[in-house]
Amino acid sequence: MFRSAERRSPPPPSRGRSGGGWGGAILIFISVALPATAADKFPGIGRTATGAEVAAWDIDVRPDFKGLPSGSGSVAKGQEIWDARCANCHGTFGESNEIFTPIVGGTTKQDIERGRVASLTDQKQPQRTTMMKVATLSSLFDYIYRAMPWNEPRSLTVDETYAVLAHILNLAEVVPDDFVLSDKTMDSVQARMPNRFGMTKTHGLANARGKPDIQATACMKDCAEFVQIGSRLPDYARNAHNNLADQNRIWGPFRGADTSVAALAALSLSRSVALTQSAPSSAGEDAVPPAPTGKILYAKHHCAACHGLTNKLVGPSFRDVAKRYQGKSDVNVVLERKIKLGGAGAWGNIPMPPHATIEASDIASLVSWILEGKF
Amino acid sequence: MIRRKLGHLSYAPEGFVPAELVSAVTAHGIDDTRRAFLRSSFAAALLGSTVIATRSSAAEGELEILEKQPWQTTLGKPVAATPYGLPSVFEKNLQRRESPGLTRVSAASVAFTPLQGLFGIITPSGLHFERHHQGWVDIDPAKHRLMINGLVKQAKIFTMDDLLRLPSVSRIHFIECGANTGLEWGNVAVPTVQYTHGMLSCCEFTGVPLSVLLDQCGADLKKGKYVLAEGGDGSGMTRTIPMENALDDVFVAWGMNGEMLRPENGYPLRLVVPGVQGVSWVKWLRRIEVGDSPYASKDEAVHYIDLMPDGLHRQYTSIQECKSVITTPSGGQQLHATGFYNVSGMAWSGRGKIKRVDVSFDGGNHWRTARLESPVLSKAVTRFNIDWVWDGSPAILQSRAIDSTGYVQPPIRTLRAIRGSRSIYHNNAIQSWEVGSNGEVSNVQVG
Ligand code: HEC
Ligand code: HEC
Repeated sequence: MFRSAERRSPPPPSRGRSGGGWGGAILIFISVALPATAADKFPGIGRTATGAEVAAWDIDVRPDFKGLPSGSGSVAKGQEIWDARCANCHGTFGESNEIFTPIVGGTTKQDIERGRVASLTDQKQPQRTTMMKVATLSSLFDYIYRAMPWNEPRSLTVDETYAVLAHILNLAEVVPDDFVLSDKTMDSVQARMPNRFGMTKTHGLANARGKPDIQATACMKDCAEFVQIGSRLPDYARNAHNNLADQNRIWGPFRGADTSVAALAALSLSRSVALTQSAPSSAGEDAVPPAPTGKILYAKHHCAACHGLTNKLVGPSFRDVAKRYQGKSDVNVVLERKIKLGGAGAWGNIPMPPHATIEASDIASLVSWILEGKF
Repeated sequence: MIRRKLGHLSYAPEGFVPAELVSAVTAHGIDDTRRAFLRSSFAAALLGSTVIATRSSAAEGELEILEKQPWQTTLGKPVAATPYGLPSVFEKNLQRRESPGLTRVSAASVAFTPLQGLFGIITPSGLHFERHHQGWVDIDPAKHRLMINGLVKQAKIFTMDDLLRLPSVSRIHFIECGANTGLEWGNVAVPTVQYTHGMLSCCEFTGVPLSVLLDQCGADLKKGKYVLAEGGDGSGMTRTIPMENALDDVFVAWGMNGEMLRPENGYPLRLVVPGVQGVSWVKWLRRIEVGDSPYASKDEAVHYIDLMPDGLHRQYTSIQECKSVITTPSGGQQLHATGFYNVSGMAWSGRGKIKRVDVSFDGGNHWRTARLESPVLSKAVTRFNIDWVWDGSPAILQSRAIDSTGYVQPPIRTLRAIRGSRSIYHNNAIQSWEVGSNGEVSNVQVG
């Protein structure tokens, strides 16, 4: 300790310059305090990363498994983790379409043999699942370890990651029920990935010099014998993106069509009338009232990942929760406990995960806000 | 006398227009029914008072000119009333918006830029499109670090203080999501240019070239054929970038349109990868690794891969090819009169500069060349304009861009002939807007 501290402190200038017995000390000092790169154009900028720092951040895993940490996990252990921490968003069998596209489905035994997923061409599968597309097993390990569960990334251990990935592979019938996935067995599973031969890098879109696959011409006149409209939005979708009049400038030549009503029968307005201007709501000039605390906490604690205010997602809508408990006494305490500890049964079989780290006062504010029912 | 600000209605005496009508007009603009009702209100008022001028009797001229306006006869607001300035209240309709039903959760979603209301080439910072995979975060710059490791002589750490001391560049580039216009591969799916093309923005970015940082760490350029860029948020977004790009024009940016990046766009640090799809412009950038092979991260192995008709996916498709779109008039707009219009739009190419833009008013049968407005920059949006006199008959407007490599923006059928209609990504087809004889503009596909 002492030695290294001493090495870092510069020698007294007068003696440093005198050389002699200090020469060695000066050399050591220089090798520690100055960057080692010879071509250091920008002295004083940046510092050497420690081994521990690189290890903490460098967690990526490549298709050749460079970067894969050692560890292991069984399908059975993975199922426990999946049911507790993944199923609420991705479905018990990885089939759910509610929060994201399904993870499992659409692959067959033949695909596993062939290494190409047939349903990508025969279109029998309505939706493309993760397992139908992914060619490289490393991609799934890397991603789950770095980013899942979605609302609690970086909370899985290496072994838990192996286990939960083993379970996903088992759901897709790539590995048997008693399989243990590990840094030693990843290779053998890669050789069974259903779409392992499904990628091509032969195309001109990888860099700016690539040769384009599409060749069009710039014809200037008499280019189309007849012009036919092949597709347009159906009438029933007229207001599907809400009123387009409210999404365009309220003055000027290019205002929005009022899609809350039927289209105009004909161009009916004269030029002068068209220049008439409607005013913005006076509310626009007032300060926007601050959102209620509950709503801020709802966003802050990611309740929105599973609860809509008025629509059902993974969990019930908060409007439905407010309705169910309207006028009941003592329900605050019960709900606060439920949010803290998690659990299922009140609305269905899907459990809510525990929220152990949220402060009690935040949970209390959330519950009062939910029960107030004013969304 | 204090007048309520009600646009041209402001000359009316208090209480003269029923309150419900005022709020209806405020909310919906004036349609025919309301207008008729308004006229009768005016008429009724006129009976009681002869001093009130109306449009029909204002022979001397327009009341906006003849009458003194409130903004002319009162003291305006003081400086710094809004210390960080905001757009006029009359512009509040132009906002980033989600496309209903497109995604299931809004922290893994998109908010589209309202291209239909923008001018020139720069996207205002607050309207830059948003695409997040795991929500957005606002990172304390004092706690942010950039690590460079892998095939380098010396793995290094840079603080924001370090980075801002380095020689910086400022460049204007477009950023477009690879899935922009992806909803329209099979058929028309959304009504306006905000939803068809609004995952496009163009800003001036300021930062330090990645080559400077790689050099500073002694990157092994012989073996190091790729870099991996990684984000510091929960998604830890990772993307592979070929070393030749990395050394060419890629930079590590903190500035956007003269201020710091907005948190939604990666504050305090993001990668700028000119010409390449937005997902590679890693936000909240915290690490660059030099390596000798591509990484096949989740967003290179499950998404941002283009499905071809033979069932193969094209992997590592990156370049945003030459594309253009007319922004006014565009889908969901309503023309209220015949006569002259300046038709305006945007063109861009990930392979270089825009050389020419042609516009058709008859669905692609005849074309005229549009004016390109300066500046015309490489891998940036170029604004084009063309004159048009609308005679009131139905028209189909299209634009077709050609870039400095000679590449011509294709019609949708030419794209589909090669790539099918299920690839989601990289749809750079010619866009068609139909102007009906009623003046309403709709999104259509021709052929
Ligand atoms: C709160 C909801 C939620 C939970 C809990 C959750 N996920 Fe996810 N998961 C998501 C969302 C949303 C995405 C898509 C993220 C994106 O857009 O990049 C996703 C993506 C994935 C993907 C990539 C799928 C693809 O096709 O891109 C995998 C694999 C995955 N999750 C596995 C897991 C595992 C394993 C767990 C449990 C350890 C888990 N998830 C828990 C919401 C969740
Ligand atoms: C990963 C998904 C998920 C998240 C995140 C989540 N919930 Fe839930 N929540 C659920 C599910 C599922 C249920 C239904 C449980 C049941 O049937 O008992 C539920 C039920 C509830 C209930 C009703 C409980 C009852 O017994 O009637 C309340 C209140 C609630 N959640 C509040 C919250 C709050 C507040 C948050 C944010 C701190 C939150 N939830 C976050 C999934 C979630």
